[in-house]
Amino acid sequence: MTAPTPAAPIVEVTDLHKSFGANDVLRGLSATIRQGEVVCVIGPSGSGKSTFLRCINLLESPTSGSIKVGGEEVNDPDCDIDAIRRNMGMVFQQFNLFPHLSVLENCTVAQTTVLKRSKDEAQAKARENLEKVGLSEKEDAFPAQLSGGQQQRVAIARALSMDPKLMLFDEPTSALDPELVGDVLSVMRRLASEGMTMFVVTHEMAFARDVADRVIFMDGGVIVEEGAPEQVIGEPTEERTKVFLQRVLDPTHVEAGAEDAAYAKRHVGEVAADDVDERHPATHGRNGGGAGRG
Amino acid sequence: MSATHTEAPPKKKLSPRRRAQRIRWVQYAVLVGVALVIAFVADWGQIQQQFFRSDLIRTTLTEGVGGALKNTIVYTAGAFVIGLLLGTVLALMRLSSVAPYRWIATIWIEFFRGLPAIIVFIAFGLMSLAFEGFVIPYDPYGTVWVALGLVASAYMAETIRAGIQAVPPGQIEAARSLGMPSGVATRKIVLPQAFRVITPPLTNELILLVKDSSLVYVLGLSASGYELTKYGRQLSSDNASLTPLVVAGFCYLIITLPLSIIVRRMEARQKKER
Ligand SMILES: Nc1ncnc2c1ncn2[C@@H]1O[C@H](COP(=O)(O)OP(=O)(O)OP(=O)(O)O)[C@@H](O)[C@H]1O
Ligand SMILES: [Mg+2]
Repeated sequence: MTAPTPAAPIVEVTDLHKSFGANDVLRGLSATIRQGEVVCVIGPSGSGKSTFLRCINLLESPTSGSIKVGGEEVNDPDCDIDAIRRNMGMVFQQFNLFPHLSVLENCTVAQTTVLKRSKDEAQAKARENLEKVGLSEKEDAFPAQLSGGQQQRVAIARALSMDPKLMLFDEPTSALDPELVGDVLSVMRRLASEGMTMFVVTHEMAFARDVADRVIFMDGGVIVEEGAPEQVIGEPTEERTKVFLQRVLDPTHVEAGAEDAAYAKRHVGEVAADDVDERHPATHGRNGGGAGRG
Repeated sequence: MSATHTEAPPKKKLSPRRRAQRIRWVQYAVLVGVALVIAFVADWGQIQQQFFRSDLIRTTLTEGVGGALKNTIVYTAGAFVIGLLLGTVLALMRLSSVAPYRWIATIWIEFFRGLPAIIVFIAFGLMSLAFEGFVIPYDPYGTVWVALGLVASAYMAETIRAGIQAVPPGQIEAARSLGMPSGVATRKIVLPQAFRVITPPLTNELILLVKDSSLVYVLGLSASGYELTKYGRQLSSDNASLTPLVVAGFCYLIITLPLSIIVRRMEARQKKER
């Protein structure tokens, strides 16, 4: 509950509306994401979480409202959307790696074409990020040769290679086999602990509770409840939030850090693990450290 | 339907496998019969004289079949390149958000798809008469490339458009969200994937183009510009035998059969990858 010293806002959304035909999907959203913050968005299926996220980098064009990224209005026909997108990494549920390019090329193609980096520079940057996600040895592989979890980590490395100021994640682990979820979440934890600003749509309550600075609960195209994870997930005040959390948490009763526990259990005594050290869970519960972020 | 209701033991029915076997034997018997009839009725001497005269085969092969084969290949290859480039532009225009581009591309495609290719060739043949001083460089190759390429572009545009549309929208979203402008995303991400999908159908169109190149005879080329059909036809009528034309026909197969095999391989591989 300690109010962190307010950092500069990176994204400011005011009264965002979006409808598909007669379907009003977003009905007046306002939210702010500050430098270095990790904001998790939770909510039932169809509540407009993905649409909200996709409006921020204009993959969907808002019907009305204001979205300011780095102080610049995005919802303006004259804004240079490519320039704004360069500062935002996006990670999709379905990975969307480029299947005709190798892992390394996936991470360099935008650097060389958009940022006009030299090939060497781009490759160095790509390797640095592939190492960060624990996939250095896969740089020559093609996406089809990788597991879902590996593909998603490449997708993260690809986005990071553009040196984004903000990372958007749309249910990055929802398409993964359960045993691969932990690897991706570990990478995201580490990213968070390094101070990356992150906006994450997720169904992983344990991750949200552990890593988020703020949790937004959405339902029916509006923000129902917003606050620290201990509050929104731990002691929700709104009825709709309670119902949703009951439904999500009850069947399996996910514990905080459960995915890390499962991860550790899987890798105990594992000798030939390909990249265990890289995926070692980052400093657990960075919220415990409180002041860790600047 | 009543077999199950009657008390009498039903006639033993053939199993489907046995029945299929029996039908197949009947078919084999008919085939052998037809072959035998042909073998006895046909005048083999006449057939050989007409289609496979050995001295004419030799003449056809030595007199310039190489040049004709080369011309067929050069005509086809040039037209294919033009068709591919133009077809890609047309496909992108058809998918453009700019309405006039879509109209122009649609009119172009429907026009050249709807016309018999030979009319286009005749038109190009008459062009220099109709327009004084109208010359397409690299005669006769330039004219053939343009005429055949225009016809090819209409067909290829539709194939390429289908290929572009087969690229999942998520690919474009990923490219755009990395900050790529739409042109870069098209060039680096969409087109390479589209062409991978459509390589087999495009190769099929190349095969059609090989055969369509025979239509260039209407341009009234000089002997050095003869391709296989014109060459074989000329020798055939000079010698009153079909043999040169048969040789020319086999030369087409030398080009098209390997292409067919390649297409089949690619299709099999794509099926496996999926
Ligand atoms: N491109 C589109 N065209 C029409 N309707 C759409 C489109 N995208 C989303 N919708 C509709 O918008 C609503 C919200 O979709 P959205 O994907 O944002 O939900 P979500 O909260 O992300 O759900 P989930 O948890 O299932 O991903 C849904 O009713 C969906 O049918
Ligand atoms: Mg969604």
